[in-house]
Amino acid sequence: MTRTAACALGLVLLILLVALWSLATGAAGLSVAEAARALLAPGEGRADAILWQVRLPRVVAAIVAGAALGAAGAIMQAVTGNPLAEPGLLGVNAGAAFVVVLALSVFGVTASAALIWCAFGGAGSAAVLVYAMASAGRGGGTPIRLVLAGVIVATFLGALTTAILLIDSQTLDAVRFWTAGSLKGRQLAQILPVLPYAALSLAAALVFARQFTTLSLGGDVARSIGQNPALWRAIAACCVVGLAGSAVSIAGPLGFVGLVVPHMVRLTLGGGYGRILPLSILGGAALTLLADTAPRALLSVDMPAGITLALIGAPFFIWLARSHGAVRG
Amino acid sequence: MTDPRLAAHTLRLAYGATPVIEGLDLAIEPGRFTALVGPNGCGKSTLLRALAGLHAPAAGQVVLDGASIARRSTRALAREIGLLAQSASPAEGMTVEELVAQGRYPHRSVLGPWRDRDQQAVEEALALTSLISLRHALVDRLSGGQRQRAWIAMVLAQQSTILLLDEPTTYLDLAHQVEVLGLMERLVKEHGATVVAVLHDLSQAARHADTMVALKAGRIIASGRPSEVVTPEVLRTAFNVEATVLTDPDTGTPLCLPRRTVPE
Repeated sequence: MTRTAACALGLVLLILLVALWSLATGAAGLSVAEAARALLAPGEGRADAILWQVRLPRVVAAIVAGAALGAAGAIMQAVTGNPLAEPGLLGVNAGAAFVVVLALSVFGVTASAALIWCAFGGAGSAAVLVYAMASAGRGGGTPIRLVLAGVIVATFLGALTTAILLIDSQTLDAVRFWTAGSLKGRQLAQILPVLPYAALSLAAALVFARQFTTLSLGGDVARSIGQNPALWRAIAACCVVGLAGSAVSIAGPLGFVGLVVPHMVRLTLGGGYGRILPLSILGGAALTLLADTAPRALLSVDMPAGITLALIGAPFFIWLARSHGAVRG
Repeated sequence: MTDPRLAAHTLRLAYGATPVIEGLDLAIEPGRFTALVGPNGCGKSTLLRALAGLHAPAAGQVVLDGASIARRSTRALAREIGLLAQSASPAEGMTVEELVAQGRYPHRSVLGPWRDRDQQAVEEALALTSLISLRHALVDRLSGGQRQRAWIAMVLAQQSTILLLDEPTTYLDLAHQVEVLGLMERLVKEHGATVVAVLHDLSQAARHADTMVALKAGRIIASGRPSEVVTPEVLRTAFNVEATVLTDPDTGTPLCLPRRTVPE
């Protein structure tokens, strides 16, 4: 317990430090002291405008989206019993992004509140589709079949999203950074309406963590010790849709956070989801914030966080697939 | 026989259109150790799953205390019946104690706290399975035998009076087999538990169980005291094996020496 608490504390400190680093990094020179002053005692100056309109939204977006994706990945791994499950690989993020772009472009929806529900709808539909595709036919849904179905759905929906954006240059201008998983140009006004949904989903994930541990033992064991697996799988799916939908609304389809973070936590601390979930939330926030900040601060390249995460996540995925024998599936 | 608490009435079990158990009647003697034996694919595991409420009957019913188990909630049923399934998950990253604590699920509400009696049940289960020294070990790092004992401990922490065990001694070395079967016997004799176990070793089953039930192709072909079930005739019918049956000089229970297979 003390080790878990120490890890949690370390992650919180890391998030705070990287947040400060991020706030002090950017094209316009702003010292850490200036950034801190503008944050704590907002005024009307140039530093305040940069901080509140450009840099803070980015930090908030990274923290919230990362936290939500970390939790979503942990829940999906528990429920599917699949070490490779996460909202990016299983097409949930792509589904959310596709429906949001569709709503923006074809139906001209622009209200943030409506777009969030589009993200939820897209995430939910993609999850159901992937699960149905993987479970159809003989043998049911093995880990690798689930991932294959997810990748197919993600690729297909990604292509459709790109096609819409190629035809509709106006929408493309509006969502270009967003679809690439870049946090650049995010506004607090876009993020704030999503926060209640993200907070609610995160709270539900934490409250039900013990149920997810039981689910992770498999449907038979869960039933034999008195859980109703169908009910709790459905509740878990709602949590995942809420989490991934919120994350995509804020930050676009960021992959690999939900894969890398829960595994790092499991390898470091092990244990049930009562431990894995809170730390995945903190770890997801820290990793996404770092992925957004480090290239900008160290290389002066404003690389989309989604790309940085893929550079970290892809080798991790390969290692994980090999070490778990998931390929033999 | 005292009134059975758990019984199957004209039970028909199937996977899709493939029947596994056909019109089976079985009453489990309370406070006794019943061994289910039979060749692979005879339906004994499916029967056990149905008795635990994990496999819905195609026809007939499983009755607990006079009412069909289908009418009970999963949670209420789990307080009465515990099941050790055959292929359990690896329980990756969990410690033995965390796994055993899962057995308390049916005794806790969704948001219920962990109480003293939950911890007490876990301690008892760990002690009965000699796992106290391994409580902080990771389940996925244990040997097959230790892991099996950890899963048994989880079922014991459930504190149900009826225990259904699907091949509890598979993967165990001889010492742990004897230990697990001895534990089952003790649970029955000292704690008044009802145990039903699928077992493969007939001599072992005969030695430890009070009652044996032999199945073949979804039907009961013999049931009763071990000396009535482990006979050359039953072995020939159930397993297509010609065997010599001796008497254990120590316990008086039958010992089975298989000689050769016989055509069906």
